[in-house]
Amino acid sequence: MAINWFKYSAPSTFYGLAGKLIPFFVWPAVVLFGIGFYIGFFVAPTDAVQSEAYRIIFIHVPASILSMFIYLIMAGYAALGLIFKTRLSAMMASALAPTGALFAFISLWTGALWGKPMWGAWWVWDARLTSELILLFLYLGFIALQASIEDPRRADRASALLAIVGSVNVPIIYYSVQWWNTLHQGSTIKFSGTSMHIAMQQSMFIMLVACWLYAIAIALSRVRSIILERESNTQWVRELVELKGERV
Amino acid sequence: MTPRQKRLTWILLGVGLVAAAVGLVLFALKNNVNLYFTPTQVYHNEAPQGRSFRIGGMVEEGSVKRDSDGLTVRFRITDTAREMTVVYKGILPDLFKEGKGVVAQGKLDSDNVFMAEEVLAKHDENYMPPEASDAINKAEAAKSSSGTTPSATYPAAK
Repeated sequence: MAINWFKYSAPSTFYGLAGKLIPFFVWPAVVLFGIGFYIGFFVAPTDAVQSEAYRIIFIHVPASILSMFIYLIMAGYAALGLIFKTRLSAMMASALAPTGALFAFISLWTGALWGKPMWGAWWVWDARLTSELILLFLYLGFIALQASIEDPRRADRASALLAIVGSVNVPIIYYSVQWWNTLHQGSTIKFSGTSMHIAMQQSMFIMLVACWLYAIAIALSRVRSIILERESNTQWVRELVELKGERV
Repeated sequence: MTPRQKRLTWILLGVGLVAAAVGLVLFALKNNVNLYFTPTQVYHNEAPQGRSFRIGGMVEEGSVKRDSDGLTVRFRITDTAREMTVVYKGILPDLFKEGKGVVAQGKLDSDNVFMAEEVLAKHDENYMPPEASDAINKAEAAKSSSGTTPSATYPAAK
């Protein structure tokens, strides 16, 4: 049984599998983004307090959730890479980092756009906003550290440590609105349920799933490039290039 | 222990130690991580003296008064236990409303009046259409007029 588990941890096998999986994530993502935006803009009612401006929540909240979850997954892969010395785990970690950084940036950016009209400020140094900014810096630090070390194995080890240590920040982001007083409101989606109208919930949930599918698809396609780059002097990649070369 | 288990142990130990260190630092800096002081904290002299800080709470119902120049606003911020007077000259955010959350940055003057330089509105995490909000407000008004929920009302201003 152990062989089955590790079979797809070989980059050469995973390369093909990832290529087959991508369409199953891309197309549902496109469709769900369409449905999510439609419900968000046309079906969901206006909010009693914030009128139309609250609609930015449909991108702000999924992006924030994804930025935190992707970090934990990235740190998990980094830990797997350190413990089991599987090459693919480190590649997955570095494939996830740019997507996580993108979502962290979208979260901060849409938050600023939302904060100005509602709170009256683009930015406040409260615990929620600051810890999310640190998350973005952790992602950027991870990418920069990886790029600054020539030897990929040493680069993986160093950046894996950064990713693992940085994961301490994720629960701080999540609980910041409970632990300290902040300008940022509390969580709308709690483990105990949501405090939101049903059509708003649906739109947010659909957008969340769409963002997940997009993130998976883009990470898989990025890991394929990383595999090719890192394995460029192996037999199977050379054969692959020759096969494709005939077609060109 | 196999090398694999050893590496796992080191990682868990490392994350545990870092988490503990960060936890202690944040606990020690608790007052600096908090964005604002409550009127009760200001009353107990926990807020910094003579320099700028933020206070937060609710705008007391019926306390907002505009001066004749049309720009200067006076209101009271309450945390339902203590309240303090705030004076602000400038444009208030759209969500600024009596009974809603607010965070103001500024200094205390000698009469314990808070001279605000910036006023920010704080909204809550509930989102609902206006009709639902109206219905809830009506239900609450009906309840409080029958006198069943005295705890929801604000303490009388002194």
